[in-house]
Amino acid sequence: MTEPMPPVSNIHLYYRHSLPVRIMHWLTVILLPILLMSGLNIFNANSELYWGKSSYSGAPPLLELRSKEDDNGDISGVTRILGHEFNTTGFLGASNDGEGVLEDRSFPSWLTIPGKRWLSMARRWHLFFAWAFGINVLCYVGYSVFSRHLQRNLFPTKEDLHLIGKTFKDHLLLRHAAGETARDYNVLQKLAYLCVIFILFPLVILNGLGMSPGINALHPGWIDLFGGRQSMRTIHFIVTWALVGFTAVHLFQVIVNGFWNNLRSMITGNYRIRSETEHE
Amino acid sequence: MNKKNELTRRGLLTRALAGVSALTLAGCQKVSESTFFTKVLATGEKASYKAQRLFLSRKSMAQEFSEADISPRFRSNGTLMPNNPAYVAIANNEFADYRLEVGGLVERPMSFSLTDIRTLPGRTQTTRHDCVEGWSAIGKWKGARLSALLEAVHLKPNARYVVFHCADPMEKNGSSPYYESIDMEDAFHPQTILAYELNGVPLPIANGAPLRLRVERQLGYKMAKYVMRIELVDDFSRIGGGKGGYWEDQGYEWYAGI
Repeated sequence: MTEPMPPVSNIHLYYRHSLPVRIMHWLTVILLPILLMSGLNIFNANSELYWGKSSYSGAPPLLELRSKEDDNGDISGVTRILGHEFNTTGFLGASNDGEGVLEDRSFPSWLTIPGKRWLSMARRWHLFFAWAFGINVLCYVGYSVFSRHLQRNLFPTKEDLHLIGKTFKDHLLLRHAAGETARDYNVLQKLAYLCVIFILFPLVILNGLGMSPGINALHPGWIDLFGGRQSMRTIHFIVTWALVGFTAVHLFQVIVNGFWNNLRSMITGNYRIRSETEHE
Repeated sequence: MNKKNELTRRGLLTRALAGVSALTLAGCQKVSESTFFTKVLATGEKASYKAQRLFLSRKSMAQEFSEADISPRFRSNGTLMPNNPAYVAIANNEFADYRLEVGGLVERPMSFSLTDIRTLPGRTQTTRHDCVEGWSAIGKWKGARLSALLEAVHLKPNARYVVFHCADPMEKNGSSPYYESIDMEDAFHPQTILAYELNGVPLPIANGAPLRLRVERQLGYKMAKYVMRIELVDDFSRIGGGKGGYWEDQGYEWYAGI
């Protein structure tokens, strides 16, 4: 530890995360990677994304991951986004088959569940854990509203919104809150969490459901709100990567803002605060 | 806080995390092959089936589209030409000798020619075909309502599933004929038809001539092509691999509304 150990009397533990929040947080930690990785295995069965109602409107795909074979029979991986082609051999389009040989495969084996190409099993994983994920999100939203966690801890206050510029600058400079101000989430944190809970999660769930032919029939045409079934497949994919992006930033912030303190608070609920900063 | 204790705890946690992730990746493959875990996963399918049966009525219709939405060429997947001499023989004769046999748990087993099928109450619908792989294509189908056909043969009260036996063998040696099954909710749905036309012309062989089932609220593999025989059963565990369909026997869901 590089920081000087402050006298014991100046440290106190603040009960930051309630048990339901901790349980639902860790469930999300387990469920999101499973859904991501089984989802990528499903994607591998048809590695093109389109906009519109069908895949055969005549328009080229927005995204395409495929392999290309040259005259010598060697294959390379190609990623084509909006008409721009990139060589992504070894990662996207063509990757190691586990025995050092490149094979045609959109997302690599180490990113998919199961590791091998196995659409039916990937669907079983995805469609089972999607239930768990959906129920978990509903429970979280219900709990947050009724326990007032949402109103107390997640809605930005007026003061928060005034400080948004400063908070942004602090983030860029990696200056993190200390002392009693570290009790509450900062405004960017609140907005990020609200965005995940009320925008990204509902979008990923709705666009997943929209691909179900049964759920399409609940109200014929409802999926046209999102541009049609193939658009929903595209949105589901994009929102997935937005969630991966959020997770990356979240993990980074957890690490730079005191990894062990944050981790403990999400396990036991207790967050350590140095009270000497009360006098700042 | 005791520093030494904390460090050991950290070391343990780090090692635990690394161990867990390595085990998880290897485990996902292993566990997918275990009977217990696949049974657990299958409860997801049951939940989806129950939930959709709860929220969808027999009147909930799949979306229908306009002529402008029709895909320029309707993709054919799976069998393009059944490797079956009996089928080839009737196909060469433009299906004039084709008969659809309907039997099993029915009061009046019947055999229908294509002309008979065309005189049954029909329906034309422009719908989207969603493949389990992820792609969708839109086509205009015309066919006989399955409900009309089932009413003609008078079902016995214990008939629970409609099984479709097809002409296309799924193995190169000519074995494993394609088959599918649906429940009565889907069988009597107004959009469930035995299609004999696609986009205004007789159904091409690549798309399942002479008859192809359309079950519009489920995925493409449920919509059996080259239907030769319909059997009413109370249980499909003795047919094929026992899971209710060729792809179901390979591990796909029997209920493909999701």
